[in-house]
Amino acid sequence: MISASVPAVAVDRLVKVYKNVPAVSGISFALAPGSMTALLGGNGAGKTTTIAMIMGLLEPTAGSVSVLGADMPRQRYRVLHRMNFESPYVEMPRRLTVRQNLEVFARLYGVVDIAARIRTLAQELELADLLDRQTGKLSSGQRTRAALAKALLNRPEVLLLDEPTASLDPDTADWVRARLERYRRERGATVLLASHNMVEVERLCERVIFLKKGEIVGDDTPRALRARFGRASLEEVFLDVARGGGNAEAAP
Amino acid sequence: MSSSTARDPEPAAISPARIAAMVLRYWYLVRSSWPRLLELVYWPAVQMLMWGFLQVYINQNAGFFARAGGTFLGAVLLWDILFRGQLGFSISFLEEMWSRNLANLMMSPLKPVEFVIALMIMSVIRLAIGVVPVTLLAIAFFGFNLFGLGFALVAFFINLLLTSWAVGIFVSGLVLRNGLGAENLAWTIMFIFLPLTCVYYPVAVLPGWLQAVAWLLPPTYVFEGMRALMIDHVFRLDLMLESLALNAVLFTAGAAAFLALLKSARRSGSLMQSGE
Repeated sequence: MISASVPAVAVDRLVKVYKNVPAVSGISFALAPGSMTALLGGNGAGKTTTIAMIMGLLEPTAGSVSVLGADMPRQRYRVLHRMNFESPYVEMPRRLTVRQNLEVFARLYGVVDIAARIRTLAQELELADLLDRQTGKLSSGQRTRAALAKALLNRPEVLLLDEPTASLDPDTADWVRARLERYRRERGATVLLASHNMVEVERLCERVIFLKKGEIVGDDTPRALRARFGRASLEEVFLDVARGGGNAEAAP
Repeated sequence: MSSSTARDPEPAAISPARIAAMVLRYWYLVRSSWPRLLELVYWPAVQMLMWGFLQVYINQNAGFFARAGGTFLGAVLLWDILFRGQLGFSISFLEEMWSRNLANLMMSPLKPVEFVIALMIMSVIRLAIGVVPVTLLAIAFFGFNLFGLGFALVAFFINLLLTSWAVGIFVSGLVLRNGLGAENLAWTIMFIFLPLTCVYYPVAVLPGWLQAVAWLLPPTYVFEGMRALMIDHVFRLDLMLESLALNAVLFTAGAAAFLALLKSARRSGSLMQSGE
């Protein structure tokens, strides 16, 4: 575990340009160890691009990303075993059973006692009855739980989540949020969450970073942002920023 | 140790455990689907039977081909090693694209070199599943024993496999960079080798300028070597060494192209997508 004074994730003047189209335009932020932060913004705001650069999946055009002290993507193999990721848009092989998938990823992440870890996760995430079913035959809620088990296999210190509750019914989504909250609390993990769900963000995150067209237009606690915009909910703040071209930093 | 659950890996080291994990992943997949297993045997068996019966017919009607007994069958089986070796490599890679799992792998501690080694191992396993039963069928139907080639078969096998991997690595890089739009290359690219490497006829049949092209391709030496062995009963070590040297160049070029395409994919964002 890194020292509390060193950010778990540090993003400095990060830029990503696809051909001539800017996706991320010089953003900077740092995530304190053990914090849970939301990355908000409309479609195309640069959330997924930012997360991909933090994971080392995408090379920045300019600027730097450091995770647990390692420069990404250059030094990614120093820290990838201490991170993990979950997104409904990235799937696990559908023909493999849940247990087979978890076993393969556990080996890739160098998990020490694989059988015990899968047992524990299956218990915590209520997957025990699903372990020997093909992943492709699970419902979307069950698949999300399996993907969450994959994301927690190595007990990551940094967990990146891209819309973890997208397409889930409210009950399952609530269940997933509770598990994430518990994991963060018990592990002291740093969590960065990209989401369109404002209720989720208000419940889970102590900090919100608003992105619009690749730039940070707001960075504060949910309460402070609501107060600054004079709005009752984060959803209304989101709409103000998205529609009005508003800047949460500059708002009265 | 940063975590009680995961081991700290050596950043520069290649991990046999991670390679084994990937082989296990593909083995689970092959095992889970009987059509996949059947497909591995089906085409090689059809090819072998068709060429085998054609050869029986020609042997009965032409003096020279009677002396050249077995060259067609030998060519069919060696061609299958080349073609199926590449396909075995490429299909395992494509499975990651089809299942939208590539981003999961690329964000895991799995290194590209470990991924490629796992794909090579899987190409050998798929090849064994496909070609061994067909080789046994060739003995049963035509009395042709490929294994009877002994040490020469080892030399042929190694050279053909190296070429198939070099091409497989290059094609995987193209798919990585360009998405599934480039998938067809995995199925078709090897067929350019069929006329140029002179699988079923001697290099001397080609026009002079095309012979120069043929001799740039490592499998040409293997098929010429196979004919020398089966017709003249001479093992041409010189051809095998030349093939090996060309394979070293081709494999290095394939690996370098893969790494360059991976780097380009990391820049362009195509690792985040698995579609077309």
